[in-house]
Amino acid sequence: MDLNTIWFILIGVLFAGYAILDGFDLGVGTLHLFVKNDSHRRIFLNSIGPVWDGNEVWLITGGGALFAAFPEVYATVFSGFYIALFLLLVVLVFRAIAIEFRSKRESPRWRQNWDIAFSLSSYLIALLLGVAMGNIILGIPLNQFHEFTGNFWTLISPYTVLTGITTVALFMMHGAIYLAMKTEGELQAKVQQWVNNTIIFFVICYVSTTMVTLIYVPHMTNHFKDYPILFLVPLLNMLAIANIPREIHHKRYGWAFISSCASIAFLLALFAIGIFPNIVPSSPNPEYSLNIYNAASSQKTLTIMLIIAIIGVPFVLAYTAGIYWVFRGKVKQEDLSY
Amino acid sequence: MGEVELLSRIQFAITAAFHFFYPPMSIGLGIALIIMEGMYLKTKDKKWEELTRFWVKIFGIIFAMGVASGIVMEFQFGTNWAPYSRFVGDVFGSALAAEGIFAFFLESGFLAILLFGWNKVKPRTHFISTILVTFGAHLSAVWILVANSWMQTPAGFHIVTRQVGGQTIARAEIIDFWQVVFNPSTIDRLTHTIFASWLTGAFLVMSISAYYILKNRHIEHAKSAIKVGLVIAIVASFLQVITGHSSAEGVSKNQPAKLAAMEGIFETKENTPLHIFGWVDEKEQKVKYGIAIPGLLSWLVHSDATKPVTGLDKFPTQDRPPVNIVFQTFHIMIAIGVSFIIISIVGIILWATKKLWDAKWFLWILVFAVLLPHIANQTGWIAAEVGRQPWIVYGLLRTSDAFSKTLTSGQVWFSLILFTAIYLLIFLLFIFLLDRKIKQGITPETEPEIYAKQKAIIDRQ
Ligand code: HDD
Ligand code: HEM
Ligand code: HEM
Repeated sequence: MDLNTIWFILIGVLFAGYAILDGFDLGVGTLHLFVKNDSHRRIFLNSIGPVWDGNEVWLITGGGALFAAFPEVYATVFSGFYIALFLLLVVLVFRAIAIEFRSKRESPRWRQNWDIAFSLSSYLIALLLGVAMGNIILGIPLNQFHEFTGNFWTLISPYTVLTGITTVALFMMHGAIYLAMKTEGELQAKVQQWVNNTIIFFVICYVSTTMVTLIYVPHMTNHFKDYPILFLVPLLNMLAIANIPREIHHKRYGWAFISSCASIAFLLALFAIGIFPNIVPSSPNPEYSLNIYNAASSQKTLTIMLIIAIIGVPFVLAYTAGIYWVFRGKVKQEDLSY
Repeated sequence: MGEVELLSRIQFAITAAFHFFYPPMSIGLGIALIIMEGMYLKTKDKKWEELTRFWVKIFGIIFAMGVASGIVMEFQFGTNWAPYSRFVGDVFGSALAAEGIFAFFLESGFLAILLFGWNKVKPRTHFISTILVTFGAHLSAVWILVANSWMQTPAGFHIVTRQVGGQTIARAEIIDFWQVVFNPSTIDRLTHTIFASWLTGAFLVMSISAYYILKNRHIEHAKSAIKVGLVIAIVASFLQVITGHSSAEGVSKNQPAKLAAMEGIFETKENTPLHIFGWVDEKEQKVKYGIAIPGLLSWLVHSDATKPVTGLDKFPTQDRPPVNIVFQTFHIMIAIGVSFIIISIVGIILWATKKLWDAKWFLWILVFAVLLPHIANQTGWIAAEVGRQPWIVYGLLRTSDAFSKTLTSGQVWFSLILFTAIYLLIFLLFIFLLDRKIKQGITPETEPEIYAKQKAIIDRQ
């Protein structure tokens, strides 16, 4: 395997890490307004309180790694998706400050407004990320200089909206499972209902997206035809999804959560296999696509970055695990902090 | 200058300036927290614990604002500076990625324990988390300054060209990683920025504490905190002048046009003077209404008061930075640096002669001095960045070639207005929260008490 492929995978891992970890934060955000009681809302916020910021770092590091390994992609996508990216940044900022400010005053009006900001930004972050993925699957208009020639509206189409909604559904399910794991008593009983509903919602979206992709974007399946072994990935993905209701039924929330994490990872693997070796396919002219070779940094830089990753990542994983361990278990009323 | 270029520059300047309001406070407050919590572990005195808890809360707010404003920075190179990103990605991207892997994960991870772990881990583990968060904040300064210093004094790379769509495109590629990291200005600028941050933290601590003493609240806590602040300030203010001087020497060697702008030197001639202050008339090419000490700049740069310092006349007009703004910002920073030395020495003397707590005038100075490090930070950056113009990567890539050509001015107006508004909002909210925390005081009601109260209010409605 060459360095370019390794970096394609590593950046995939960073973004998958983001989707899995911040995915449940976003999911909690999408469900936030469904509870009305202030102490329940605080429990929701505190379930993600200690970790959401660290989870977001996966996205930031993914962005930095993309800059370092595939600067052409970083430059093309972010200048091309200009308005969409700034909207994403706005909602990321709003989510951060909503979490921070919400419980700082007693006034119910104040809290209600920040609750809405928190929830709405969570929906929009998920939606925008899904729309971006949809666009990468479809391909975007690039010219021979690797520059985006469309505008904001180019990025919005029925297909990309569908992938956006599917992402929202995915994170809702993921967040509901996370909450089921972190809450207890009456609140947990409520959350458990949502788990079932969100699974149904997600499966409907997932099936529709898959059908539409197979029909309208058949090139996503090329690699699967060439290497049938890859069919293991969609198979495992379906098993992981199917396993969730089973674990929930047996009240094994931890396992349900792991299944949900696995299904996100497999979904992203499907996406990555589908576009490989392109990173940003060009829709009218496939030869203008940005791929892992024409968009990459020099071999020297990729090597240096690999060394940095090999030194840094074990630490990151070790203390991330440690911190999740410190904050394991149910969220208690006493340690309300947000 | 085209509209898109101008707007993109304004946007970068505004977002960077707003962002840089918070990091120096996180970095500096981190040092103060280590001392406070260390004292608590050593003396087991409840006072230190309460003090640490109070400042940890403020640290949490600052940190959150830093994160919120930092996300935009990370992506902005790609959005508004696409040709720049293509040109430097191979070199510059690695530093940004290293910042994420080495620094941001560390900071944000252990911050969780710092803020929420009081009852979940042992005091010693909590203390270690404090150290690690502070260490992480310093590390992120390291990597971002590596990246920025490389733009000031590029090293360890070569230029490679390739064909894209029939056009020849050049870019910088790494040949020596350590030369990139330790480029000629990294150490000076890193140390200078870190001590600037310590000063920022120290003056924040002293300001709020002096206010408490003046208002007759939390006297014992506030006295201890001021002592911590004074110790940091006296050390950092001297180190600041030393690293600043060293930076200036580096600038004279590596970016002579910038130094000439900082001191308003248009003509290269012997006995180059140093201005204490002045106003640069860029048309007439001279410094007016100033006080100048003849030969001092020559002496500072060459250790010889007669040797000439390179002036702007040695550079073609299109390679000169704007002069007056660089001159003014640079001089404001230095004036503030000198004032810190005076404030710190006076403070230490008052403390040693046991007059500190009655010197109301001095405590009032401390209350307002909190603004000074921020002004010095901002003006320092403006001097450094505007002094680098017209280059975005010194000597290699011009700012006018570096902005995204595919953007329309409408798009940049949109993002500029949006982000200025949001950053202002964040700033106001920050001030509001800080104010509340100060009013609540160092030993506020406990969580269960607050919680019970809130519940009562909500039940009533
Ligand atoms: C001297 C130090 C310094 C400087 C010059 C900068 N930053 Fe910064 N940054 C920090 C020091 C810092 C910090 C102390 O590490 C922060 C502040 C609060 C925090 O959470 O970390 C931070 C936060 C922060 C974050 C959020 C990290 C997180 O979520 O934990 C990002 C993405 C950036 N920064 C990116 C940038 C970029 C792209 C800069 C260049 C223009 C930049 N920063 C200048
Ligand atoms: C956080 C502290 C920083 C502050 C306050 C700051 C300030 C500024 C200012 C005032 C400008 C505008 C100069 C002009 O347009 O004439 C600028 C430009 C710029 N700076 Fe910085 N800067 C900071 C950090 C950085 C860092 C760390 C980097 C790179 C890693 C960087 C890269 C740039 C770039 C790419 C520009 C755009 C060129 C331009 O607008 O002229 N800055 N900065
Ligand atoms: C009193 C003596 C001081 C001197 C001689 C001095 C000198 C300098 C010089 C020469 C630069 C430009 C470096 C470059 O462009 O490469 C600089 C930048 C800067 N200064 Fe100062 N400075 C002093 C005090 C301060 C103080 C008190 C602060 C803040 C508390 C401060 C904060 C900064 C910052 C944040 C920068 C931009 C980052 C950098 O380029 O290092 N300085 N200073």
